[in-house]
Amino acid sequence: MSNQPLQDIDVAIPGEPEGSAWVPGPEQSGKGVINLVHLYPREMSIYGDLGNTRCLAARIRRHGYSPVVHQHHPGGEFPAEPHLLVGGGGQDSGQVRVEADLEHIADRLRELADAGTPMLMICGMYQLFGNAFITVEGTRLPGLGILDVTTQGNAKRMIGPVVLETEFGDVVGYENHSGSTTLGAGQPAFGTVRSGFGNNGTDHTEGARMNNVIGSYLHGPILPANPALADALIGMAAERATGRPFEAVTQDDSVADQARQRQVRRLVR
Amino acid sequence: MVAGKAARAVSRLRGGGSALPGLVAERVDPGFLAHALADVPRGIVVVSGTNGKTTTTKMLVAVLRAHGLSVFTNPTGSNFTRGVISSMLGQLPVNGRLKADMAVLELDEAHALRFAAAVRPTHALLLNVARDQLDRFAEIDHTAQLLASLAEQTTAGVVLNIDDSFISRIRDRVADGVPVRYFGVDASIADRLPELQEQDVRFDDDFRPPQAGPDDGLLKPHDERSFEVLFGADGTDDHVGPLELQQRGLAAMINATAATTTAKMLLGADFDPVRAQAALRSVTPPFGRGEVVMVDGQPLELVLVKNPAGFTVALGTYGSTPVSTMIAINDNYADGRDVSWLYDVSFDSLRGRGVAMTSGVRAYDMALRLQYDDVPVDQIEPDLDTALDAFLAAHPEEPKRIFCTYTAMMSLRRVLAARYDLPDIGEEAQ
Repeated sequence: MSNQPLQDIDVAIPGEPEGSAWVPGPEQSGKGVINLVHLYPREMSIYGDLGNTRCLAARIRRHGYSPVVHQHHPGGEFPAEPHLLVGGGGQDSGQVRVEADLEHIADRLRELADAGTPMLMICGMYQLFGNAFITVEGTRLPGLGILDVTTQGNAKRMIGPVVLETEFGDVVGYENHSGSTTLGAGQPAFGTVRSGFGNNGTDHTEGARMNNVIGSYLHGPILPANPALADALIGMAAERATGRPFEAVTQDDSVADQARQRQVRRLVR
Repeated sequence: MVAGKAARAVSRLRGGGSALPGLVAERVDPGFLAHALADVPRGIVVVSGTNGKTTTTKMLVAVLRAHGLSVFTNPTGSNFTRGVISSMLGQLPVNGRLKADMAVLELDEAHALRFAAAVRPTHALLLNVARDQLDRFAEIDHTAQLLASLAEQTTAGVVLNIDDSFISRIRDRVADGVPVRYFGVDASIADRLPELQEQDVRFDDDFRPPQAGPDDGLLKPHDERSFEVLFGADGTDDHVGPLELQQRGLAAMINATAATTTAKMLLGADFDPVRAQAALRSVTPPFGRGEVVMVDGQPLELVLVKNPAGFTVALGTYGSTPVSTMIAINDNYADGRDVSWLYDVSFDSLRGRGVAMTSGVRAYDMALRLQYDDVPVDQIEPDLDTALDAFLAAHPEEPKRIFCTYTAMMSLRRVLAARYDLPDIGEEAQ
């Protein structure tokens, strides 16, 4: 009855204006059109991860570019020219629903990753971008292998606020995962844990980065309070979209900076 | 027992919360609950689910009491096992056994199971499943599993939400011979359900939702305030109302429908629609659920928010009337430590008037969230007392509303209670 599927209808992204999936004409596209793709927003964005897409789209506009927000659903046609991809966390039932489609678009995603397309994959999608997920029972579920990480299912969850040191400065967020992730030899982490568990609670690493693909467990959602990371992703996307260097507009991020710095002060001793 | 009572007296003197004495008793005697509830003859009813527990419990208790039953309940909104023990301690005779016809207990999903391990409920009313405090329950599927386990352990009757497929599919888990009743909304307003509840993403299985029968209550609203609860096709078997509640909004009407359906199941042939209607009319909003405090001649509403579904409903219920707005977000355990959920709520309805103040430990995160919905924010002040003073001072001539998380509300309420006429938590007039 009420929980009927809306298979062909996009998910509402709180705050996003209507028609943000439309492609603007040349006179409305500002410094250029940036195609932003959210992978599986219905199944894989349980912890406010749609906020990352809202944050990116809003900041792309503030920098004078035009975002086209494309929602990719299972079985849907994958967009031709994605410049920036995001994905979030889901529950187990959500992950099961996207696996077949992910396999279908796997080669395309690998090709884009190799070519330097920026991507931000959070929690469940981070795990799926790795080599494999090994369940508590020992079953090995293969991933995309874009990030050289392997995740072991755990009975215990790693939950709580997180502070990281990254190349984008301090990054704050909130983790909530039962998988324990190990980086392959030579696979750089996204950040170093200053407070929280991170990939596995033992080696102080958090997330992973390969080319411009970033995987992380951090919800929050991660981008609004960490605008340097958001703008780094936008910058890479803008260069790919326009073939020119990123022409940033100075932003007033004082509220975001306060939100982040207060968390750092609370959590790092 | 004496230890617990002494702790309760002490914490009352200090004006503290309601969980401390319960904690003491739980340590002193783990079999306490089973012993205390052994002489409650007409049933032990557990109300659980994500949203509406406190309101629904209050309504159900009112309807049962209107039928002449003595009912023990935990009216403090302290819906953990310890809170139940805590409220019980004040009412226990020396032998430690509660004297009441029935017990109606509001328990969150995890604690409902802990409670059932000590005392098997005779009846369970399961309201809904939504994302709430995911750091405690982790995932919606898991939460639904907790409620299903509760239903399995219930011995005499289960009431389920027919419109929430996370809940209605629990029918298959109820023990043989235990009757199941449903509550829900009439087809005339089924299109408004998506604004109230979670999307079930498991839409490729062959689950067929149940059909309402003669003992299942369906909500039929007449207008914004007035509604009926119908049993059987179009109320041919029974109906309650039309009536108006003191608490506004569709969510409260659905809660009343759940309470009415459950009361009818519990009372059987003794159920009297006229008494039920009168009782529902008299129920005042529980604290923090649209409770109104008069502040220097202007109403100040306190609205508890704790998850996306609840905040969205609250904005829909209260958002249209022009008032000055403050939002206070804490991230203690009882609030939910993860504030990510604020990005699953649309704040568009606040854009026109803006938000006068954001406060609480996560005041800046809330302001940032509002920035991304282009909602102007006048002031940001994490300290709740300072923020409240500034908010009241800046808008003396207007009605005001504060949306707040649980611990922020407790803190604000304490300040307001000291200055204005406000019943103490747990000591509301029945």
